[in-house]
Amino acid sequence: MSAIVSLHNVVKTYTRGKQTVEVLHNLSIEIAQGDFVALMGPSGSGKTTLLNLIGGLDRPSRGEVNVAGERIDQLSSGQLAKWRARHVGFVFQFYNLMPMLSAERNVELPLLLTNLSGTQRKQNVLAALTVVGLADRAKHKPAELSGGQAQRVAIARALVADPTLLVCDEPTGDLDRTTADEILHLLQMLNKDHGKTIVMVTHDPKAAEYASHQLHLDKGQLVEGSVHA
Amino acid sequence: MKYFPLLWAALWRKKARTIFTLLSILVAFLLFGMLQGVNSAFNQAVEKANVNRLITTSSIALTENLPYADMAQIEALPGVANVAHASWFGPYYQDPKNFIFTFPVEPDRYFLVYPELILPKDQLEAFEHTRTGAVIGADLARKYGWKIGDRVPLHSTIWTKPDGTSDWNFDVVGIYQVPSDRAQESAFFFNYKYFDEGRSFGKGTVGWYIIQVKDPTQSAQVAATVDKLFANSTDETKTETEKEFQQAFLKQIGDINMIVTYILFAVFFALLFATGSTMMQSVRERVPELAVLKTLGFSDTAMLTLVLCESTLLCLLAAALGLLIAWALFPGLKDVIGVVKLPAPVIVEGIVVALLLAFVTGIVPAWRAKRLDIVEALRG
Repeated sequence: MSAIVSLHNVVKTYTRGKQTVEVLHNLSIEIAQGDFVALMGPSGSGKTTLLNLIGGLDRPSRGEVNVAGERIDQLSSGQLAKWRARHVGFVFQFYNLMPMLSAERNVELPLLLTNLSGTQRKQNVLAALTVVGLADRAKHKPAELSGGQAQRVAIARALVADPTLLVCDEPTGDLDRTTADEILHLLQMLNKDHGKTIVMVTHDPKAAEYASHQLHLDKGQLVEGSVHA
Repeated sequence: MKYFPLLWAALWRKKARTIFTLLSILVAFLLFGMLQGVNSAFNQAVEKANVNRLITTSSIALTENLPYADMAQIEALPGVANVAHASWFGPYYQDPKNFIFTFPVEPDRYFLVYPELILPKDQLEAFEHTRTGAVIGADLARKYGWKIGDRVPLHSTIWTKPDGTSDWNFDVVGIYQVPSDRAQESAFFFNYKYFDEGRSFGKGTVGWYIIQVKDPTQSAQVAATVDKLFANSTDETKTETEKEFQQAFLKQIGDINMIVTYILFAVFFALLFATGSTMMQSVRERVPELAVLKTLGFSDTAMLTLVLCESTLLCLLAAALGLLIAWALFPGLKDVIGVVKLPAPVIVEGIVVALLLAFVTGIVPAWRAKRLDIVEALRG
């Protein structure tokens, strides 16, 4: 399969006060289309930084980042925003739903950036909520949902615009084992049945087992090759 | 419109704070509507002043009367077309709060120099021939339910009769209209002869003269000639155009325009901080949420626009409510300023001020939302 994510000699440095910290050192990886990759490693190893680069939330200090056929490190801020809207669905550890909006309004958010009509948006929202098994909770606000349900809403929001890639940052980090397994099953289903490419950062080895590949990072470098689950 | 639910939800995220901010803006715009409305009504009255008319008063004070005999001399001056006079009667009907703008006049003269007052010919004739006759504005007639044939008693706060009483009886013989300006339909005119014969003092005097000039371009010259005529007499005069007269009259109350401007400036200056701080706080609290929106693909410009729209929604909503209440309350001032409706330019001005307020209070937090670094914001 062709690579949907391709990083070449990527370096990422942060400046904190007078100190410059290199978080990623000449990192090169490729992720194939339709893959489900778990990014693992200790805290500070650069997992989230790598995920942010893949998701177009951040830019490398050096090197190339190609995702979904686009050299995203060269895109302007406005182009990058458009690109994210089109190609990436994000799932966060703490769900990051808008507390004052209902589940369906939260899921609708990415569609506001499209030219879809109100009716079409509603249909797509319902479809996404149905995929994650929460069609009956459409009118509920995040505070009225359990952690697992809130994360499902977040996954529906990530899916609704039919992105090329799902980027998940510790999606089960705030959930109990059973709920975490449900969410991971859901991600696995999206990968296998819907062909979504998923890149997931996790600390949890059990969560990583749901992925088809695992990449281990340590001190900003890939320390282990791909491992098939 | 598709962003409205997002804006509306963001606005009501902290209900109590939003309600208090809304109330403070609402009160400010209610004040704006009422004060600017009064100011605008006064200005409108001045602007509507007739360019053909001059007003001659005593040079000492507006309350000093002038001899009735001056009228013939004024009438004889070149450039003068017609002359009428009026006096301040200052009465109320039944209760002191029912103040009525009442003037003793000579009917034929007065309605000649004020052609905008429309009175049927037969009613004018009845007015001229009825000693106790009175002609009232259509609005005044509506207010008290008066009609032709009614006898109306008024109590003057100035003019007493020889028997010591101040109650004057009038017979309504006509109702005039002013189609061009309904606000002028609240006056009460009665016969000067009845007034002059009935009063216990000040006989043979009038309050002021109204001079209709033949050529408005010669107004200044005619005014100077009138004042020159009575210079060094016991009753020196001051003649000015109707517009200047009304402006001077308003100045006696105070510089309304300046007072209104200062009050509103103070109110909006305070409001700027209150609303600005609400918007800043609201955006600061929502940094992670705004970062998520950016993550989803909302551009920097979209974020700037969203926050500006939010402050616009807040300010416009409150301003609209404030102006609506002002619009509803304004007719209550009719007896004081004679204007029945909040002038439309005040509403337009209010909306423009609300938009400006929204921009000024929203631009800093909007800029902050635009410049938000997603990674930093999500990291918390």
